[in-house]
Amino acid sequence: MSERFFPDGMPQPLADTTSLPFWEAAAEHRLVVQRCQDCGRTRLPPSPVCSECQSDRADWQEVSGLGEVYSFTIVHRPLAADQSLPFVIAVISLEGSGGLRMISNVVGIEPEAVEIAMPGELIWEDMSETLAIPRFRPRS
Amino acid sequence: MSGRKACIVGVGETEYARWGKIGDVTEHALACQAIQRAVTDAGLSMQDVDGLASFAEDRNEATFLAAELGLPSLRFANMVWLPGGGGGCAAVGNAAMAVETGQAEVVVVYRSLCQGQFFRFGTGGVDASAPPDPAPPTVQPANSLMLASMGFAMPYGLLMAAAAYALPTRRHMHLYGTRPEHLGLLAVTFREHASRNPRAVMGKKPMTLDDYYASPMIADPHRLFDCCLESDGACAVVVTTEERARDLSRRPVEILASEQGAPQGYAFGPFTNANVADEIYATGGTEEMANRLWGKAGLKPSDVDVAQIYDHFTGCVLMQIEDYGFCARGEGGPFIESGALSWKDGTLPTNTHGGSLSEAYIHGLNHVVEGVRSLRGESTSPVEGAEVCLVTSGACVPSSALVLGRK
Ligand SMILES: [Zn+2]
Repeated sequence: MSERFFPDGMPQPLADTTSLPFWEAAAEHRLVVQRCQDCGRTRLPPSPVCSECQSDRADWQEVSGLGEVYSFTIVHRPLAADQSLPFVIAVISLEGSGGLRMISNVVGIEPEAVEIAMPGELIWEDMSETLAIPRFRPRS
Repeated sequence: MSGRKACIVGVGETEYARWGKIGDVTEHALACQAIQRAVTDAGLSMQDVDGLASFAEDRNEATFLAAELGLPSLRFANMVWLPGGGGGCAAVGNAAMAVETGQAEVVVVYRSLCQGQFFRFGTGGVDASAPPDPAPPTVQPANSLMLASMGFAMPYGLLMAAAAYALPTRRHMHLYGTRPEHLGLLAVTFREHASRNPRAVMGKKPMTLDDYYASPMIADPHRLFDCCLESDGACAVVVTTEERARDLSRRPVEILASEQGAPQGYAFGPFTNANVADEIYATGGTEEMANRLWGKAGLKPSDVDVAQIYDHFTGCVLMQIEDYGFCARGEGGPFIESGALSWKDGTLPTNTHGGSLSEAYIHGLNHVVEGVRSLRGESTSPVEGAEVCLVTSGACVPSSALVLGRK
């Protein structure tokens, strides 16, 4: 099991059949984005059709896990008991993803030191045997 | 359709209180009271009302209210789909379309909120003090489209609105040098306006910039005083035709234009829109809609005498001011610093009731009520001779807006 940053009681991911493959890949420590099999456009969160070409044919593309901070907020209110505060929620631009961004956390750094355009890298937090959450830390 | 141009002819509200303060009256009873007061204000009776409209996933269904209030026939029942406070102006716009097309004669738009009886929006519905589920965390089924989208925000702790709306605001600060002081001045200005408004929940609590800086940080850059109130209360406005308005006691306020708008990919705003175009991320997302609104009204930003701008969070007001063209992109901070939003000497007196930051949080329908009062000359921070009022609904999510005019 990985280093832990957040307590078990954090809100859990909710998924339907469209988005579940993202979390199945995450459990294997693979960060994936959905990719249209007709026009190649990537998308996140997953959706049933491509907003570019309307195709419903899609597969999953693994991304490197390198990214940079696009925006962020330092949150001083807990979501769960025993959560360490403050914590950082960020929008991360994902390298090699076809220009996608995702919401995540920045961990492993003093919150006050986070800034926009800071390079980051993926770190998996195993919340349980079946659940891993992709978070980001400063690039080493 | 001569004579069918839509007007607002009545407004009303209940007492406004801090969330949880109204415990002995149900939320739908508050809705009934606000509707009664607005209909009385218009000089009409419930026998005249044949339409009801609301927004923001209102729990108080029009069909039940119609039965309780004894409406002879409900010919128009409408609920706007824009998220939360994004739909207040749209509900009024839909009422206007209904009366202008002859679908209905008199439509009451209402919003009732008892956060104390349901859940506090500010927490996102999470009780952090609850003991954790002993079962190991895992992926849970999403039983709605909303929850499936939120599934990509919640595991990171993004559930509180104060955190979500901080994201575009933080980027705006990075791109344009917007400072905490700009946000603070905005909060102080609206509080000052509330000081004259007997309905304002924070009317007797003056705020200085030092008070603002002393308020606790919630989700940087949002301090407590950057966040709207959480309130119990209800309000309503009555929409009918110009022809009908002629026979009524009140000076009608004309709905010059209404628009709705969601930029591509906007969905539930900063909870889910990380992938909208870079050019619109650090905006209120309402610029394109604002351009349509000005076009439809045949007016420009400089024609506006007074504005009621949806203020869930200070930064969202600042970005809307830019979207609506009152200043250039990135100039919202200096515009606020110039005192433009202040009653009574500012060039754009804004939220003359105190807004959601200081009057009450009724999902912005109270901004429409104040828009009407400001054009009737009944605001407690009156803008002399005001003829045109802009009213906006929640921005940084799919939104809507109205231009109101004095007849
Ligand atoms: Zn495609």
